[in-house]
Amino acid sequence: MKQTMVEKVFSRKAGKDVRAGEYVVLPVDRAMCHEGFLLSCAKLIASGITKVWDPDKVVVVLDHYVPAPDVRMADAHVKIRKMAKQCGLKHYFGEREGICHQVMVEKGLARPGDLIVGTDSHTCTYGGLAAASTGIGTSEMAYVLATGDLWFLVPNSIQIMLNGKLPDRVYSKDISLALAGRFGSEFAQYRSIEFTGDLVKNLSIDSRLVLSNMSVEFGAKFGLFPVDGVTHDYMKSVGQQDIEELYPDNGAQYEYTYKFDVGNLEPMIALPHTVDNVKPVREVAGEKVDQVLLGSCTNGRLEDLRIAAGIMKGKEVAPSVRMYVYPASRQVMLQAMDEGIMQTLSASGAIICSASCGPCFGSQGGLLGSGEVCISSTNRNFKGRMGSPDAKVFLASPATIAASALTGKITDPREVA
Amino acid sequence: MIIQGKAWIFGNNIDTDLIVPGQYLMATLEEQAKHVFEAIEPSFVRNVKAGDIIVAGKNFGCGSSREMAPQVLKHLGIGCILAEDFARIFFRNAIAVGLPSLTVKGISEIDRGVDQISVSLDSGRVIVKSTGQEFFASPLPEKMREIINAGGIDGILKDLAKG
Repeated sequence: MKQTMVEKVFSRKAGKDVRAGEYVVLPVDRAMCHEGFLLSCAKLIASGITKVWDPDKVVVVLDHYVPAPDVRMADAHVKIRKMAKQCGLKHYFGEREGICHQVMVEKGLARPGDLIVGTDSHTCTYGGLAAASTGIGTSEMAYVLATGDLWFLVPNSIQIMLNGKLPDRVYSKDISLALAGRFGSEFAQYRSIEFTGDLVKNLSIDSRLVLSNMSVEFGAKFGLFPVDGVTHDYMKSVGQQDIEELYPDNGAQYEYTYKFDVGNLEPMIALPHTVDNVKPVREVAGEKVDQVLLGSCTNGRLEDLRIAAGIMKGKEVAPSVRMYVYPASRQVMLQAMDEGIMQTLSASGAIICSASCGPCFGSQGGLLGSGEVCISSTNRNFKGRMGSPDAKVFLASPATIAASALTGKITDPREVA
Repeated sequence: MIIQGKAWIFGNNIDTDLIVPGQYLMATLEEQAKHVFEAIEPSFVRNVKAGDIIVAGKNFGCGSSREMAPQVLKHLGIGCILAEDFARIFFRNAIAVGLPSLTVKGISEIDRGVDQISVSLDSGRVIVKSTGQEFFASPLPEKMREIINAGGIDGILKDLAKG
């Protein structure tokens, strides 16, 4: 039987061949929680369940409310620390390391062929490392914490075959936005996306993680890349050996295949208030911006900061603009400091913040006031998400937002030196 | 079981930030409930009644994995949600918290002026009171029916604890 990547992962876990459309109960390799751990644990306690199924397989990272923005959240963190200790969790990272998804990949906790669930919709990010990972709610996570397994529908798969060479100043974020614009925000609803094609071997892990991360913005359950030399090198760099191979069989059944030649792609931008409201940047160039946000689990990695710094070096953020930088993790922060990236960004006038989710989903720091406009490297521009419902958020690549920070208006990054 | 109430009609791509904006996630359920749909339908919170039904287009509940989204709708008394289709995580979460959510093809073509509708959770039959118009919901997968019958994941966890 010819299989897609997701059919292979599910078949290996099930111990028998399964096909798209079947329902299966499967053990998970990891359960990842952010502050949602508190809600899941509360459910376990209320039910009289006193321990998690395997303390070595549960990962807890605090990132959504870091530093604690108010006393209520500080108290929630106190409870989470206590519960993590009581459960004897091996992988409790607290506030120190950064955004959960980046921590998962940097610490080697997301491996090719793994089945991973997390209490965050962007858990699909690890598909960049060929892990079948997806978001669930806190009740379902409580069930996983108690039993170690969960029911799944084996999804249909869509193949996105990326070919050609990305033009200068066009990146994987632009590919994601182009896909959203072309097919809409639910073209992959309940489906698994498999990214293949000639371009893949030329995409770094940082770039792959962007495409996998954004897959949920099209409704996808997974956004998977095959394992190749780039994956092996990355896994080795995070101390992981014995990597499982994962790639689709020739002749695997896809619901459809979309061949996307990226050779003529331009910098793209999502306009308020949906991720699929997409145009080429040049068509909205000139719109004034008040805030620029560089960071998040989508585009806060080293490659992203490097791209932004490359454009901003020796130049100044427009006086009318405030630019916040939230690196995806402490490790990204350290590497960016080593390379002089943080020096460059700060010298340009950017405000450097600590590794966390920041204002991406409106929990703290850097919220928008009524009538304000933000251009952001994050993943969602929903009305009211980043502060006032009367604010507007545009989504673009780190290059586009860096160029826009310099001019104070939406700017095609190909227009700046 | 029959659910009958006023239909609140929404369009496509109603996201979780519209249901509960991120800045209120750590507030109490009562506080969150004050802000439901405030960016698009401020009258909702004032006028919603127990048993009311949300009717929506495609991709209802897209966005975040926050379970507060279905939880707060249930808290406000919403009896069920009918949509052309749902975002995956919202759908699972709605069932997990015991809020019946049904995929009903064609339901977004319902007349905007419609008031009362009734839904049979057993047969999936949806009837528009004023016009007699009928729709049929797709049956829920067996796993989801088990969860709803147990009263949501909470019920399943209690059974687990009993062994």
